Amino acid sequence: MTILTVNGKAHDVDVDPDTPLLWALREWIGMTGTKYGCGIAQCGACTVHIDGVATRSCAFPVSAAVGKQVTTIEGLARDGKPHPVQKAWVDLDVPQCGYCQSGMIMAVAALLKEKPKPSDADIDGAITNICRCGTFQQVRAAIHAAANA
Amino acid sequence: MNNIGQIDRRTFVVNAAAFGGGLALGMDAALAQNVVRAADGAPEVTAWVVIRPDDTVVIRIARSEMGQGTMTGLAQLVAEELECDWSKVTTEFPTPGQNLARNRAWGNYFTAGSRGIRDSHEYVRKGGATARAMLIQAAANEWKAPASECSAANSVITHRPTGRTTTFGKVAEAAARIEPPKDVTLKDPKDWKIAGKPLKRLDTLPKVNGEHVYGVDVKLPGMLCAAIKDCPVFGGKLVSFDAAKVASMKGVKHVLKVGDSAVAVVADRWWQAKTALDALPATWDEGPNAKVSSASIAEFIKSGLDAEQAFVGNENGNARQAIAGAAKKVEATYAFPYQNHATMEPMNATAVYTPDRCEVWAPTQNGEATLAAVAEASGLPVAKCDVHKMPLGGGFGRRTTNDFVQQAIDIAKQIPGTPVKLIWSREEDMTHGRYHPITQAKMVGSFDANNNLTGLHMRIAGQSIIAFVAAQTLQNGKDPFVFQGLNPGGAEGAFGYTIPNLLIDHAMRNPHIPPHFWRGVNNNQNAIYLECFIDELAHAVGQDALAFRRKLMANHPKHLAVLNAVAERAGWGQPAAPGVHRGLCQHMGYGSYVAACAEVSVSDRGAVKIHRIVAATDPGHAVNPAQIERQIAGSFVYGLSALFYQECTVKDGRIEQTNFDSYDSMRISAMPKVESIIMPSGGFWGGVGEPTIFVAAPAVLNAIFAATGKRHRSFPLRHHGLTLA
Repeated sequence: MTILTVNGKAHDVDVDPDTPLLWALREWIGMTGTKYGCGIAQCGACTVHIDGVATRSCAFPVSAAVGKQVTTIEGLARDGKPHPVQKAWVDLDVPQCGYCQSGMIMAVAALLKEKPKPSDADIDGAITNICRCGTFQQVRAAIHAAANA
Repeated sequence: MNNIGQIDRRTFVVNAAAFGGGLALGMDAALAQNVVRAADGAPEVTAWVVIRPDDTVVIRIARSEMGQGTMTGLAQLVAEELECDWSKVTTEFPTPGQNLARNRAWGNYFTAGSRGIRDSHEYVRKGGATARAMLIQAAANEWKAPASECSAANSVITHRPTGRTTTFGKVAEAAARIEPPKDVTLKDPKDWKIAGKPLKRLDTLPKVNGEHVYGVDVKLPGMLCAAIKDCPVFGGKLVSFDAAKVASMKGVKHVLKVGDSAVAVVADRWWQAKTALDALPATWDEGPNAKVSSASIAEFIKSGLDAEQAFVGNENGNARQAIAGAAKKVEATYAFPYQNHATMEPMNATAVYTPDRCEVWAPTQNGEATLAAVAEASGLPVAKCDVHKMPLGGGFGRRTTNDFVQQAIDIAKQIPGTPVKLIWSREEDMTHGRYHPITQAKMVGSFDANNNLTGLHMRIAGQSIIAFVAAQTLQNGKDPFVFQGLNPGGAEGAFGYTIPNLLIDHAMRNPHIPPHFWRGVNNNQNAIYLECFIDELAHAVGQDALAFRRKLMANHPKHLAVLNAVAERAGWGQPAAPGVHRGLCQHMGYGSYVAACAEVSVSDRGAVKIHRIVAATDPGHAVNPAQIERQIAGSFVYGLSALFYQECTVKDGRIEQTNFDSYDSMRISAMPKVESIIMPSGGFWGGVGEPTIFVAAPAVLNAIFAATGKRHRSFPLRHHGLTLA
């Protein structure tokens, strides 16, 4: 058995150690907010935080997450209050289809933790998620809004 | 089967309430009305409007929501006429089965061709206006006052002479029993208060906290998951597979043949199914297309460029003669590749089959066609089938087909009573798509001695989507749809120039790769071919690209208006920043007029920085300008990703690109600043989701030419050493 700590709660999962964390979250723990997009860490739809670091969970074996704090989109809000990034996303009406946005939000939340006032260049360097709807103009505006909140 | 879903299955209960006698004459007909109720018992005022006692307004939406905002826009149109409190609006999607059972009360479900709003605005507004009239009548009846003395605003009905008020929630029950008025007058759009406003979407919150349940997230009790591998070559067949090799792998329950050409592993969890599928030995009969390559396809398409036989799409004068006698002739050949939709959410569908009923949960752009596909694949009467439309993680045209739905049912039929969720891997999705069609075009223009354009021949050679998806609708072999944006007139996609001798024709060449509608569809390559060549023509005679176009557009004022708007906003004719160059274009499609002006700079190493794109659209009416702006900006991401990066190549009959590492898509770092000019001129209803994608590529290509002097006529641009910076 494997013990995974997700959003502060321990989960005992019967999963092969090389199973990607993404699928352990989605299919063993039942948290589907984290999305499958490519399976090869290209698109970022599966981004979660591992000990606070933005990580693409589709190519991250569950064994490597043992003993670490995993945070998913479901655990980003604290004390019933949305994370500033989530709030900015709602205020600026960012998502279109929304499928990539869990990963996008997690990537941005990690960026803001590291750089509370990112420049456009910081954003360009750190946010490499694919969004096929093309929400980037709103994403950029919302990152700045969250940083200035 | 009623309890299988965690997703609420809205069941409609017809309450044939018995009414006693002794009621006022003239009310019999009204009281004979049965009240149709939503699952929670709230009364339906019209098919489009359910009102709960707490004043919540539930607006029914037939079209699919895939990020384009149609759901919010349609709700605005209903709410506008209903005069309800927008903050109390929520929405729901009636199932295609419910639509069928109610004689298509919600009309067409098809959500493609930028039709979500423009094809349903009238009847949804009538649904709202009718409900308002019934609610007002119910209040008037209660007050024993004439309805003409009552009015509604913000979900409150007021009797003007006395100032008495009531709310929609209080009179909904009575309103639902009132005979609907036969005719209602719709508001003049200039009086709109909810429609036409940049309101926020209704579905954002669950998209930022992980709660939005897409098709891929469906969970049903006892559900198994399936991974599938189809023959790598389109048209091939599955010969055999060795199920014993994977039978003992963890979680594996079944290994099944699916149709003629695919094999699926069914397991407790999808990751287990995929792992086993990757290990499953399978042999294929690759069929007649196993030797086809991109080179052989290109040769086949090219054979159409000078072919004698071609279908004429637009002709006036005698272009061939004008060209033969020209003082100056300009000629160029363009080519446009196959592209995959690459929706973020891969294809998926969840199905439950029993000999008595078949239900599917699927992200679909065409719920009614999906229902028909369920009936056909299950072999059950359509009344014993239904489809639960799930939010789509992107559509872009791909989800107007039901190939993946059929597969899910083929699997479910082999394990009756067990729900099964089929998910395609990204690799399956990339290699078994329905692709943007492949074409080439030979463009020839002619000038007289005074540099007046005398003739244009545009010969398109290549693939017809209609020949693949609806061959029965071809017109004596001709596919009129290949001429999108090039038609001699009409409300859908008219050619925007007057040229004395014009011939636009199509030599159909259909390779085996299945083509399909892909955001913008044939407008994409048609706009590149035409608008880049118009630039070439202007350049050939040393004329300004805007002035050259204007001379040809005097008879096309709406095309010209959007072009002028972008030129003016961008500062065409005035110097750009040092190193920055501009490109222009215009096009009409899906009923809307669009234009763009791009500003780019190109480094010595081919890094193209798109600084700004000014885009204008005249969609006739703008139901939600904020969402239109998002569609415009998003359409450029989709279109420019294709222009710079995306091509599906064919080797040994199969698609070579398997994932985003070989099929890249724009990231935020390359996102240009998009300035939208939304200029609805009224009098018609055009689409919004697609049209601006047409002008993304040609504007940028013309700007790259202005920057470099190099004209690129085949795509993606990475083949020419150009990258997005």
